[in-house]
Amino acid sequence: MTEWIDTLVQGVLLGGLYSLFATGLALSFGVMRMINIAHGDFAILAAFAAIAIVEPLGLNPFVVLLVIVPLMGLFGYLLQRGVLNRTLGKDILPPLLVTFGFSIIIQNLLLVTFSADTRSLNVGELGTASIALGGDLAVGVLPLIIMGVAVAVLAGLQWLFSATPLGRAFRAASDDAEAAQLMGIDNRHIYGLAMGIAMAIVAIAGVFLAIRANITPADGPARLLYAFEAVIIGGLGSLWGTLAGGMILGVAQSVGLKADPGWGILAGHLAFLAVLAVRPNGLFARTRDR
Amino acid sequence: MTISAPTVERSTRASLAGSVVGLAVLAAIIAAPWWAERASQRLLIEFLYTLALAQMWNLLAGYGGLLSVGQQGFVGLGGYCLVVLGLQMGLNPFLIVPLAGVVTAIVAVPTGALLFRLRGAYFAVSTWVVAEVLRLLVANTASVGGGSGTSITQTVRGIPAWWRESTTLWIALALGAGATLAVYFLLRSRHGLALTAVRDSEAAAESLGVSVDRVKWYVYLASAAGCGMAGALIFITKLRIAPEAAFSLDWTATMFFIVIIGGIGTIEGPIVGALIYFVLRELLSDYGSGYMIVLGGVAVVFMLWIPRGVWGLISSRLDLHFFPVQRRVRNLDDKEMRS
Repeated sequence: MTEWIDTLVQGVLLGGLYSLFATGLALSFGVMRMINIAHGDFAILAAFAAIAIVEPLGLNPFVVLLVIVPLMGLFGYLLQRGVLNRTLGKDILPPLLVTFGFSIIIQNLLLVTFSADTRSLNVGELGTASIALGGDLAVGVLPLIIMGVAVAVLAGLQWLFSATPLGRAFRAASDDAEAAQLMGIDNRHIYGLAMGIAMAIVAIAGVFLAIRANITPADGPARLLYAFEAVIIGGLGSLWGTLAGGMILGVAQSVGLKADPGWGILAGHLAFLAVLAVRPNGLFARTRDR
Repeated sequence: MTISAPTVERSTRASLAGSVVGLAVLAAIIAAPWWAERASQRLLIEFLYTLALAQMWNLLAGYGGLLSVGQQGFVGLGGYCLVVLGLQMGLNPFLIVPLAGVVTAIVAVPTGALLFRLRGAYFAVSTWVVAEVLRLLVANTASVGGGSGTSITQTVRGIPAWWRESTTLWIALALGAGATLAVYFLLRSRHGLALTAVRDSEAAAESLGVSVDRVKWYVYLASAAGCGMAGALIFITKLRIAPEAAFSLDWTATMFFIVIIGGIGTIEGPIVGALIYFVLRELLSDYGSGYMIVLGGVAVVFMLWIPRGVWGLISSRLDLHFFPVQRRVRNLDDKEMRS
């Protein structure tokens, strides 16, 4: 019994990490109406960049976030303004295929630079530290930190969207891009900022992933799929839904993994398809655009 | 003075000349076992099944407006038909090729029912999830070799080498040319008009009485069957199958690349794109990852600056159509028509 409760708790906490991946994707869905196929690859890119900085300098992986997050944010802004804005329009093919091309390019660049070996970021004792909850139950400190960061990011976005002029511009550009432009909003700049924020969050997700687990250059696509599933399970347009979606995905994977080592990821995908079959708009959908 | 009534033209001078050349090429390929070397036959086989895959993706995305990132699911499933129907039930591998089309089309019914709940980019990523589910299900099934895969050499044992290679080539030709002609005749039929209407505007098509759902279903199932048949043929040539290779995203990436470079939404495009793809591969395959980076870069450049592809450029400049699917009205400038 305790074993299963433990599995459940691990799954819920895993949802924190998944939510971090999903938030960035949800943001670009929400504001630009585009799916970045290279989303997971950008996270892995950020993680490898962190590894490349941390290992020779002997820095603490948490400190490196201070460098990687703004860098990826800036990169996201420039990418959106320089390339991705050109692909936006009625046709959904260009953004999809351009980011698909990026995915292939990033994976192979990482492969050339870092080889196919698995790598990770070492945080020392923190990586294994846990808090006993009585009985045989214990929760890892690291998963708790990640969950805390995920909640903080979501709360920050919630505040940004509801209480700031930038958030209002995001919502306006999302609801009706042309009308927003008529009201003096520069969509190109707004989209750049949204992608910048999305990439900054992706950088956090990638670094935490590398702290929690081993990564290889080919891991990006799987991360994109988990993020996508969390967004759809949670429901489009719902910020906190991505957290719920991430948790459901995490629990499904943990339970599947416990039942049979080969079934972890499959159980997550099946949970996604089940939600699609029963509630195609997701559990907490606020928009119906799909 | 003769007044000719306006006529609807459905063939072009290029299409008439092209069909003569096309027939000659077909005849040459059919006869290839008697004149070509083994290595060039192999290359020809690969070219033809890759062309079939590209035409299937073009049909889906270019004409049906259904962007799929998950066609590798059907390629892999077709390949695994060899394991179940060939290795375990002892059927002739060449007979399995059409059967694989039936099997994948049947599997596509429930997956389509789920996927059509989503649209556009959401549909696209979900097709990828479905392909992953198929891959993981196969990898978790020990009786078909599990994650490490299995050899399927046993299925072709007893077939003389010459016959095996020649039959493989002929089936590859049937798939490559068949996919091309099938798309061509589909588009010339009234279903083709419906398809183009749905792609250009779903709402407008629906209001004119086109059953959007039915058109999408046809295209989705046809494309699944085509990819399944190609998958079975691919693994007859490889003789070893594993989930990672069979359900690899590379299949869909190749289809993307060829269709985008060649020209999406044209029948000539995938042929031109496949030629370019094979030339690039022969030139750059020694560079491994560098080759993939170049392919990805070329695809991005085309999508951003040459979205209609090489064939789109050529056909608009020269008004050249080897596979005319449009209806063009001639002699409209008659006085009678003006009045």
